[in-house]
Amino acid sequence: MSTYLIRNVSILGAEPTDLLLADGVVAGIGSALEGDGAEVVDGTGLIALPGLVDLHTHLREPGREDAETVETGTRAAALGGFTAVHAMANTDPVADTAGVVEQVWRLGREAGHCDVYPVGAVTVGLQGEKLAELGAMADSAARVRVFSDDGKCVHDPVLMRRALEYVKAFDGVVAQHAQEPRLTENAQMNEGELSGRLGLAGWPAVAEEAIIARDCLLAEHVGSRLHVCHVSTAGSVRIVRDAKARGVDVTAEACPHHLLLTDERATTYDPIFKVNPPLRTAADAEALRAGLADGTIDIVATDHAPHPHEDKDCEWAAAAFGMLGLETALSIVQETMVDTGLLDWAGVAERLSYAPARIGRVADHGQPIEQGAPANVVLYDPSVRRVVDATESASLSRNTPYAGMELPGRVVATFLRGRPTVLDGKLV
Amino acid sequence: MNRHLLSAGDLTRDDAELILRTAAELRSLADRPIKKLPALRGRTVVNLFFEDSTRTRISFEAAAKRLSADVINFSAKGSSLSKGESLKDTALTLEAMGADAVVIRHGASGAPYRLAHSGWVHSSVVNAGDGTHEHPTQALLDAFTLWRHLGVGGGLDGRRIAIVGDVLHSRVARSNALLLRTLGAEVTLVAPPTLFPVGVDTWPVETSYDLDAVLPKADAVMMLRVQRERMNGGFFPTAREYSRRYGLDGRRMATLQDHTIVMHPGPMVRGMEITADVADSNRSVIVEQVTNGVAVRMAVLYLLLGGATPGSSAGGDE
Repeated sequence: MSTYLIRNVSILGAEPTDLLLADGVVAGIGSALEGDGAEVVDGTGLIALPGLVDLHTHLREPGREDAETVETGTRAAALGGFTAVHAMANTDPVADTAGVVEQVWRLGREAGHCDVYPVGAVTVGLQGEKLAELGAMADSAARVRVFSDDGKCVHDPVLMRRALEYVKAFDGVVAQHAQEPRLTENAQMNEGELSGRLGLAGWPAVAEEAIIARDCLLAEHVGSRLHVCHVSTAGSVRIVRDAKARGVDVTAEACPHHLLLTDERATTYDPIFKVNPPLRTAADAEALRAGLADGTIDIVATDHAPHPHEDKDCEWAAAAFGMLGLETALSIVQETMVDTGLLDWAGVAERLSYAPARIGRVADHGQPIEQGAPANVVLYDPSVRRVVDATESASLSRNTPYAGMELPGRVVATFLRGRPTVLDGKLV
Repeated sequence: MNRHLLSAGDLTRDDAELILRTAAELRSLADRPIKKLPALRGRTVVNLFFEDSTRTRISFEAAAKRLSADVINFSAKGSSLSKGESLKDTALTLEAMGADAVVIRHGASGAPYRLAHSGWVHSSVVNAGDGTHEHPTQALLDAFTLWRHLGVGGGLDGRRIAIVGDVLHSRVARSNALLLRTLGAEVTLVAPPTLFPVGVDTWPVETSYDLDAVLPKADAVMMLRVQRERMNGGFFPTAREYSRRYGLDGRRMATLQDHTIVMHPGPMVRGMEITADVADSNRSVIVEQVTNGVAVRMAVLYLLLGGATPGSSAGGDE
């Protein structure tokens, strides 16, 4: 196995040092390290972060290989600085059995660009009627710990309660897609002044907040841990903050697009901006940033959601929900959190690596860059700016809402257990 | 004027008044034995209707034909929402046929905007009603009708217009709220709270839940169609309760000022939002609205398709 010596790199923004990656682990940190026969990477001006961990990725395989495959999705992940992703369960067939999660897990191993941790469905076929065999998925080779019906809400309160209780047996967590279905029938965009003007059916904040409030109470009642996917409203941040203050074991994620974009984008009627939950107001984005800064929101997760061109090249109501996110996540976090002074690089490591790994119970990722730790490292240049070009994406799909937008930073290299998956900004 | 007519909100007061003045000239044609002008000879107008709307389609068809345009009616019922041919493919087909203007009616809000801005077609796009968004030519014909009856010195300044009914789902209400305000009228929307959209307080209009309080001050009352099915959505308890609180009947009509007119974009649900005696009364201008609709649509097609008059920039940039 090759050895890499990264010269003069700034770990989490600290004073530059040398970093030696050998035998899959961090073999040395210090000045003027010797690395006999090591490949030398000039780290001048670069930040070293622990390999990023995404708790919310749609890889679309099996079933929608026209949109994304495990191979292409994990390429995009590596280019974005991720060394581990959690593959959501809303595939076809749904990842609701040990067989499907093992298939996804194996595809991830074969691809080799980053580690793939399948998420198991909470209910059979995401139908919200009957618990899937959560224990079988937990005991499978994929060792599933995160369960979610993402795309749909586990809205039946009894079923949600049982799921929260049941996963305690194997230290699992239920990741809820908080969306009250009756309040969001045919919903197209954030309900507010703009939805009324544009004549698009509204997706009210209360439909998210009501479920989060209920689930926090349920988790408190049964003493389980709860994870809330893609928090998008100021009210949700407030509810999670209150629950945490009461000692409820709840964690929450925010998506890059909700940190950066607002519902104003819908005025173009271009469904490239159609996503679920929808883009909210500037005040909501502001509250998300504040929540992420103060730790109310534990992590940033991408909700990378590839869709084929025809599902976006149409009228708004006919289009699919979702947008790409893996290759732009770190840049958007820099733009919205670091360059604004809300987070330092240690805070970024916590929100995009340590915390998501903890929530997902992923042992080999999300560890500080220290002697002996697994060599999962991303080298990032925060000083450059780039214009996003959708055609350059490694994803099979092109539905990035950031095309043509100038964003800061660039992932220069990603190391997975000491082996580069990305060097010089290109896949190895 | 813009190259497209997508939203009543895109029209400046000058644009709107140019259309209305042009419509007034063209309307006189309706009284002649030969109702045809050669203005758009050789031009092709496509009526692209993804929703059934016979009255709007024949109004546009009559308008285009009276200007000597070639008319293609393309009824694409069963929109891409039901996985038929996509809007894009339909648009590319029309482009290949050489359409100069596409008049589109679609169930999805924003579909005309997409058609105009996606690069699929190069023709002018006229919104003939999109989802619950807008119906700008309906607003223009309503304004034209108001102009003829209430217009003092050509304007609607200070005139009070009440628009009553299902504002939430009404593209007519949205377009009228924008256009009538541009023309200087004072618009009051009247509906039960469940049938107002969120954020209506930011619109340039007054709102009221109380029809009886609004009627005596109105110079015109525009009743909107209320579909009985809305009751199943829980927007109001029963059709009868709706009619009692928000329907225009003979008793309420008696509280109107002498000059006040009653309008309805059609199709009416008689007995629901309007009673037969009101619809058929001499205050009602509902049938005249239809005649005016043809004139206004002639004006729109004429101005969009290069019948430029001095001072306008039809065919120009957006």
